Amino acid sequence: MKGILGRKLGMTQVFLEDGNVVPVTVVEAGPCVVLQVKTVASDGYNSVQLGFADKKRATKAESGHAAKANTVAKRYVRELRFTDGCEIGQEVKADLFADGEYVDVIGVSKGKGTAGPIKRHNQSTGPMAHGSKYHRGTGSLGSIDANRVFKGQTMAGRMGHERVTVQNLQVVKVDTERNLLLIKGAVPGPRNSFVTVRSAVKKNS
Amino acid sequence: MNPLVRAVATEQLRSDLPTFRPGDTLRVHVKVREGSRERIQMFEGVVIKRRGSAISETFTVRKVSNGVGVERAFPLHSPKLEKIEVLRRGKVRRAKLYYLRNLRGKAARIKERLR
Repeated sequence: MKGILGRKLGMTQVFLEDGNVVPVTVVEAGPCVVLQVKTVASDGYNSVQLGFADKKRATKAESGHAAKANTVAKRYVRELRFTDGCEIGQEVKADLFADGEYVDVIGVSKGKGTAGPIKRHNQSTGPMAHGSKYHRGTGSLGSIDANRVFKGQTMAGRMGHERVTVQNLQVVKVDTERNLLLIKGAVPGPRNSFVTVRSAVKKNS
Repeated sequence: MNPLVRAVATEQLRSDLPTFRPGDTLRVHVKVREGSRERIQMFEGVVIKRRGSAISETFTVRKVSNGVGVERAFPLHSPKLEKIEVLRRGKVRRAKLYYLRNLRGKAARIKERLR
């Protein structure tokens, strides 16, 4: 396991050597700073706390915590479950990953606001014409015998803006000079949002 | 667009391409891979559309082969394109020449654009 924090910059496409076109998301990965290393002895579990992007107005607590790693407070701080070869204050850059590696990307998806059940839960629509009076409604809420609606019934409501993990995306190219990861396919969240990139849980090793 | 994303795309743009427009007749030299051998295949015809911009720009070439219309779309900046030759410049009044699909023979001719 290894991972890095970054920022989604946007999408473009890349030509491979065989001439095929691949859609890629450009992620500015790092430089991150190791803010804290947790071990079984000190905290009961192993993990590393990374920080990315400087914070403009930090509290004393945040600044003090960052000062231990000889840096300034960070806007995006996340813990990842790996420790191998990490020291407090160490810098983590995009060269952590190599071309062709598989990664999982975690981000906060785009908020869609209040959305109906068709968009939100992939329910099917009713017929829009031919005298149909049922178009995009929720449909049946279940048995009438229960005299209540069961928990988890899919209905309209807030959609998006939640933590989403996309697994097994390939790193097409690593640009160590500019600290960029070109990741095949789409990544959750709007442009300029923070994302966590970690090696694929279900693919590598 | 983010400047870094643009930079990633711009690096791959080719500068060795000729300028051409819809209506022009091209000979496109395409690299074809057969097993381990690589050879060049030609595709000759009229450009009926250009779409997209920068790295995602593509163009479509139409030819009539054995009485069957064949259209092939190429990414403009693809490394698979060995060379693009402009054989003839055509004078047309629209950007997308879809009307050529309904014409054949003499009617499908395009006037030459003279400079």
